[in-house]
Amino acid sequence: MSSLQMPKVDKVIMSKKDKIASDLKEIINKKNVLSNSDELRPFETDGLTAYRQIPLLVVMPETVDEVSQILKYCNENKVKVVPRGAGTGLSGGSMPLEDCVLMAMGKFNKIIEVDYENRCVVTQPCVTNLAITHAVQDKGFYYAPDPSSQIACSIGGNVAENSGGVHSLKYGATTNNLLGIEVVLMDGTITKFGGKTMDAEGYDFLGLMTGSEGLLGVITEVTVKILKSPEVVKAALVGFPSIEDAGNCVAEIIAEGCIPAGMEIMDKALTKATNDYSKAGYPTDAEAMMIVEFDGTEHEVEAYIQKTKSIAEKNNSSSLKISKSNEERLKFWAGRKAAFPACGVLAPDYMCMDGSIPRGKLAEVLNEISRLSKKYNLPVANAFHAGDGNLHPLIMFDANDNESLRKCEEFGADILKYCVKVGGALTGEHGVGIEKRELMCEAFNDKDIQQQLTIKVALDPNSLLNPGKVYPILRKCAEEGRVHVHGGKTKFPDIPRF
Amino acid sequence: MEGKQSSQISLDFNQNIFKPSSREEIVEIVKNCYKKNIPLEINGLKSKNKIGRNFQSEKTLDLSGYKGIIDYKPEELYIKVKAGTSLKEIIDELDKNNQQLAFEPNDFGYLFSGESNSGSIGGVVSCNFAGSRRFKVGSVRDHILGFQGINGKGETIKSGGTVVKNVTGYDLSKLVSGSFGTLTILTELSIKVLPKPETSKTLVVKNPHLKKAIDYLGKALSSSTDPSGGVFYPDYFGKDFILNDLTHDGGLTALRIEGPTNSVDQRLERLSKELSLLDQEISILDNEQSNIFWNRTKNLEVFRNLKSNLLRIVLPISETLQVIQKLKNYEIKYFIDWGGGLIWTSLDQLNLKILNEIREIIKKHQGYITLIKIEEDLKASADIFTIDPIKYKISEKIKRSFDPKRIFNPGKMYTGI
Repeated sequence: MSSLQMPKVDKVIMSKKDKIASDLKEIINKKNVLSNSDELRPFETDGLTAYRQIPLLVVMPETVDEVSQILKYCNENKVKVVPRGAGTGLSGGSMPLEDCVLMAMGKFNKIIEVDYENRCVVTQPCVTNLAITHAVQDKGFYYAPDPSSQIACSIGGNVAENSGGVHSLKYGATTNNLLGIEVVLMDGTITKFGGKTMDAEGYDFLGLMTGSEGLLGVITEVTVKILKSPEVVKAALVGFPSIEDAGNCVAEIIAEGCIPAGMEIMDKALTKATNDYSKAGYPTDAEAMMIVEFDGTEHEVEAYIQKTKSIAEKNNSSSLKISKSNEERLKFWAGRKAAFPACGVLAPDYMCMDGSIPRGKLAEVLNEISRLSKKYNLPVANAFHAGDGNLHPLIMFDANDNESLRKCEEFGADILKYCVKVGGALTGEHGVGIEKRELMCEAFNDKDIQQQLTIKVALDPNSLLNPGKVYPILRKCAEEGRVHVHGGKTKFPDIPRF
Repeated sequence: MEGKQSSQISLDFNQNIFKPSSREEIVEIVKNCYKKNIPLEINGLKSKNKIGRNFQSEKTLDLSGYKGIIDYKPEELYIKVKAGTSLKEIIDELDKNNQQLAFEPNDFGYLFSGESNSGSIGGVVSCNFAGSRRFKVGSVRDHILGFQGINGKGETIKSGGTVVKNVTGYDLSKLVSGSFGTLTILTELSIKVLPKPETSKTLVVKNPHLKKAIDYLGKALSSSTDPSGGVFYPDYFGKDFILNDLTHDGGLTALRIEGPTNSVDQRLERLSKELSLLDQEISILDNEQSNIFWNRTKNLEVFRNLKSNLLRIVLPISETLQVIQKLKNYEIKYFIDWGGGLIWTSLDQLNLKILNEIREIIKKHQGYITLIKIEEDLKASADIFTIDPIKYKISEKIKRSFDPKRIFNPGKMYTGI
């Protein structure tokens, strides 16, 4: 793997490890400060496993006051801090630094309040995304954003990354489903942004913090809104003879005024791979396959499904299957959700990219990816959250072959640059982290980045909170790594990913 | 500055009102004001410029000439416009493709001048006041995909883009929404648009009782019938809503259902059952009447040409009943929007003492209050917005990071910001 430049290691801090550890043990329970390398090892990486670094120390605070005191101490003593939730992030946002105190929020794992009257849940940040839905589903409610790692990822991490998911097409990403947070700034200030009201007044710090990748504050409490579960959910599985037809169908469904709950496309390579892997009953002869899901009342869903059917036929669909039961619907999704492990069967390693493009450019971008695939002589399989133009190409390579790895990295960077060129974004939902840091200058000029850095400095003048993430250290577009998986082994192989 | 060199722009800096028509001119004006420490009042179409604190500004930047639709892609569900573009022009353009701005921004023209003036899109974003669909689709800020603006040093900055999914860098689109022009001069905005629903109908429950209304609204919002609007008007406003199918002139609770026609009918029927309503208690407004009803709500038409004061109170829904009961000690006229989360209240008698009492009530119930319209002599001394000391300190830092010399609308939101 290419070496990754991180902020300069502070030798003085390194030399004071024992002192810092003992100081921190004065602040929090001794057993919640970890300093032996065996104890630190599990924290060396997050979901972007290609990069590893053992932190100086790990602290596991239990209360917001402890978080505040630790941050205050670190700020005064110029110690870097990296916050970490469940550690499932795909862009290296919580990768430790050699001279950092890693703040593991795992002990903030309780739901504080379920409030049906205000239709919200107040929770500690390390409660998993899915646990929120589990806490309210008996009353017919759910929490809408559903990143595919939802069984493991933490809600605090979701806020930090502004996580999306299959259903963000209709229900928005985390930022649109968040009512309030409690946050601790690097100087130890504890404050709340938002609450149980629909809007907050004044500058929208809630919006600023959401997706700020742990650079501006540590989240200690989260209030999310919950929605009533839809009465009916149906999905259609549609095959197309070409990716253009599938792309046009997506654009037309949206333009016709149908907003599906989710709309996914896979190319032939991935359709076949996932079907072999999960026996989902996909049309493996089709060049592209679409899963489109609608939710709502019975009549509403029926009306949209019929409309989709006629639009699909107009766009030369080669096959169309509508789910007759919930089991069948879940089977449609099973293959799609197994995209990562299915790719692991095809090649020793793969990297998952995360670009975002205008819907109308799907076919163009896919053709470009296929051209690049030939140029670099590396196979690629494509999955898209087509409804909102978020694509996840999976580039296959062999990490034991340096040349193959180098080509893969270049290939990945070329795809993301092309996404930006057609009017899209570097990252739709995985975040910038360390992964796409050096590509930021493709999307922003110096003034744009400078403005963002000024905000960072305003809240964290010594740049101690999660430094080295999101913003380029090198002022050039180096091609760094993507989500890299060796031998089909991700950090959490049992978590579905897309 | 991209494109033109500053030397190519000739601006007369002796004038008090600048009316630029190009971004280069705006940049030039700001650079000059930055250099000379000249505070600027930033205006669009002035439909909401009475909202906010009075402040001293030497010059006015009138952005009404910086207008036009830059790019509209109906199939991509976005429109990119210059910030001075009138909301009306945008809505007319979207109408042609049967699309809409789902956040239904309030039209404050009726309140301040007795007739429609929905203002410019830059103003709409700067104020972030969303209409009745708020609880379903989010606020104005949830629909801003990206923006370009000029910071207080005259630098052109951007954030976001035109695609819905984008987590590249801090989400500054959120931060500038609702910042009342104190952080950046917005120049371009990319906004998410959505298809208009095939049908919109409204279930009106003839009911003068607040407690019952809150109950209806709460049940409706927790129902799978998925309403997109929920208001309560007390008796005194009932007559403002007399329509063909609504001859009742007393208090009413209205619930809007939108979507494909047959599903709307099905959901209306179900909602009516869920609320255990009798036929004689309800009226159903068809598409046309429903649109009239919700437009009147969005336009705050019950407060047309209001002579007295208007407060906007945002609360957790669970607190609304208690708060209104407490506010009834004052001479108020109110209506409830956002299914219970927003109270618009007029007050005939208002002074600092009453205002502080009300503020305490609202604070106790975890809400906040914005003074939308307030008598001039009171305006000088009253806080228009609410803020605590910690957030003030953070706001100050953020303000400085955008506008280090405090030249954009200084003091419009808070003293010193």
